[in-house]
Amino acid sequence: MALPDPLIAPLVPAWWPVRSVRRELADTVTLEIEPPPGGLVFEPGQFTMLSAFGIGEIPISISGDPGAPHALVQTIRSVGPVSSALTALRPGDRIGVRGPFGNGWPLEDARGADVLVVAGGIGLAPLRPVLYTILTDRDAYGRVSLLYGARSPSGLLYLDEIRGWMAGLDIDVLLTVDRGEPGWHGSVGVVTDLIRRASFEPAGTTAFVCGPEIMMRFTKQALESAGVDEERIAVSMERNMACGVGLCGHCQFGPFFVCKDGPVFRCSDMVELCWLKEV
Amino acid sequence: MTQRSATDAAVVFDPATIDLLIAELSDRGYTVLGPRVVSDAIVYGPVTSSSDLPVGIRDRQDAASYRLEDRDDDAVFGYVCGPQGWKRFLHPPETTLFTAAADGDVSFPPPADAPLAFLGVRACELAAIHVQDRVLLEGPVADPVYRSNRDRLFIVAVDCTEPGGTCFCASTGTGPAAGEGFDIAMVELLDATHRFLARAGTDLGAEVLAALPSRPARSDDQEQAGRHVAEARTAMGRSVDLDGVEELLYANAVNPHWEDIARRCLACTNCTMVCPTCFCTTAEDRPSLDLASFDRVRLWDSCFTLDFSYIHGGPVRSSVSARYRQWMTHKLASWHAQFGTGGCVGCGRCITWCPVGIDLTEEVRRFRDTDLRRIAVPVAGPFPVEGGPR
Repeated sequence: MALPDPLIAPLVPAWWPVRSVRRELADTVTLEIEPPPGGLVFEPGQFTMLSAFGIGEIPISISGDPGAPHALVQTIRSVGPVSSALTALRPGDRIGVRGPFGNGWPLEDARGADVLVVAGGIGLAPLRPVLYTILTDRDAYGRVSLLYGARSPSGLLYLDEIRGWMAGLDIDVLLTVDRGEPGWHGSVGVVTDLIRRASFEPAGTTAFVCGPEIMMRFTKQALESAGVDEERIAVSMERNMACGVGLCGHCQFGPFFVCKDGPVFRCSDMVELCWLKEV
Repeated sequence: MTQRSATDAAVVFDPATIDLLIAELSDRGYTVLGPRVVSDAIVYGPVTSSSDLPVGIRDRQDAASYRLEDRDDDAVFGYVCGPQGWKRFLHPPETTLFTAAADGDVSFPPPADAPLAFLGVRACELAAIHVQDRVLLEGPVADPVYRSNRDRLFIVAVDCTEPGGTCFCASTGTGPAAGEGFDIAMVELLDATHRFLARAGTDLGAEVLAALPSRPARSDDQEQAGRHVAEARTAMGRSVDLDGVEELLYANAVNPHWEDIARRCLACTNCTMVCPTCFCTTAEDRPSLDLASFDRVRLWDSCFTLDFSYIHGGPVRSSVSARYRQWMTHKLASWHAQFGTGGCVGCGRCITWCPVGIDLTEEVRRFRDTDLRRIAVPVAGPFPVEGGPR
């Protein structure tokens, strides 16, 4: 069959070199990938489809700075065949990239009022571009809090960077872990417990939430109890994807395709789905 | 192509002319695909003459049952529809998207040589092609493989006069007469004289018809065809009330009846494989032995498999009830939100080819009977968050 280039282009990865690899956690690395001149322009919250040569392709959120599109930064946790191959890449190796795909976080909504960034585990990766964006235009926002939870202290991502934010005045950072470890003197408990410790004016506050589905469900509920408007709670959903462009059908979430209607959704647009299991 | 009015240039020809139609399409460069009997089933494949067609054969279809029988006439299209629709030719079960070499080169499979002509497309199947057009061509990214197969397609539709045991296109509003989008549509008349009443749907269709020996249609031809098709509408083996089915299924997402279906459903994927609108695919990378290159191959996939919804940690839809709910709710409800049309065309294949005979039309009735909106029970809702659920 005739497959003219412009038509098939969205389905064909470009192969770009890995510039550097940073080990974040025992099972997690951040790759800095080198796009061609001009860079890869993206919105905070968008994702790419990354290919490991001959092994497969998976969707991964972009975790870098939207203001620095000359570097494509992606944080990957090794859990399956493709992600293990991607996390084993070395500088100079090439990686297949398609995208960016999907929508971004509704950052426009957040301007002029308080912001809560609520993350669980590797869910901080798609939220880091939000923090970078806010920090480049810090005065446009009210109080900004990062509420971040992980299973254990050794599961906290970007800890060096977080320490820097903690030392500054731009972002209030509250951390918690499900289980402490020797040397951990911080909070132990779920991330929803941090909401009552954060300072924000509920009316007008925008919350950006990403983490395991169960964490997002209870965070949504706790935020609403605290008075945050459902319309101003945005979550990033995760589903299996084989194409990223609305053709393969894998990422369906009720009436939505996570790849093209999401991955970011306002809770007010998916009220019926929030408490349904196995959607 | 311009769509012409349905009665424009209606003509009548005898059964022998079907051979000339196949020849005319072949001469114009088409690969003609039509019904054939293969392994005791009607299967669509290449045909070169009417001797390839299932003349004098009918199919008997019911839940989990499909048999071919001899007819007592020479009907050419005297069956309902085959297990496999036309989907496999437009949206193939397996396609190599590209080959990537380790040095960065990407190559594509050679283009197909000939355009396709489908002979004997039922009204439900024509509707299914239009559903897939919406799904695969009208999104933000059009499917390149479907596009190239679809663009040059020639469609000869055949209206149904003898619906089968699992048919319900009258309920879905997709048959028994072919709607728009065909090049030629025919009605096979088996009255005193065995003949075909044909109408052109496009200029190209009219051109092909004009090349065949025929006589102008008379009012009695039209009247007989109209009567048979109208009778077919009332002779469907199944029926389903789809009024408000979207709201019904959304409101019954936690109805225990899903568990009842799951106790019967084998999650075998048959319904999705035979469904003419199911479009889901997966991608598989197949490396060469020396790892110098790999093919990315796209394969039909099914929402009934565990892998379909797998993300790190396991499948999202681990229970069979959740997978059946996804399929049925998608087909009858969320399809509307996604594509502005229903996903079911009433062909009945999912009923016929379900090994345990699960009947979509019957399950819709069961949800109406057990509609949670009529029973005051608290459905799944938030738990108290104070104290923190772990």
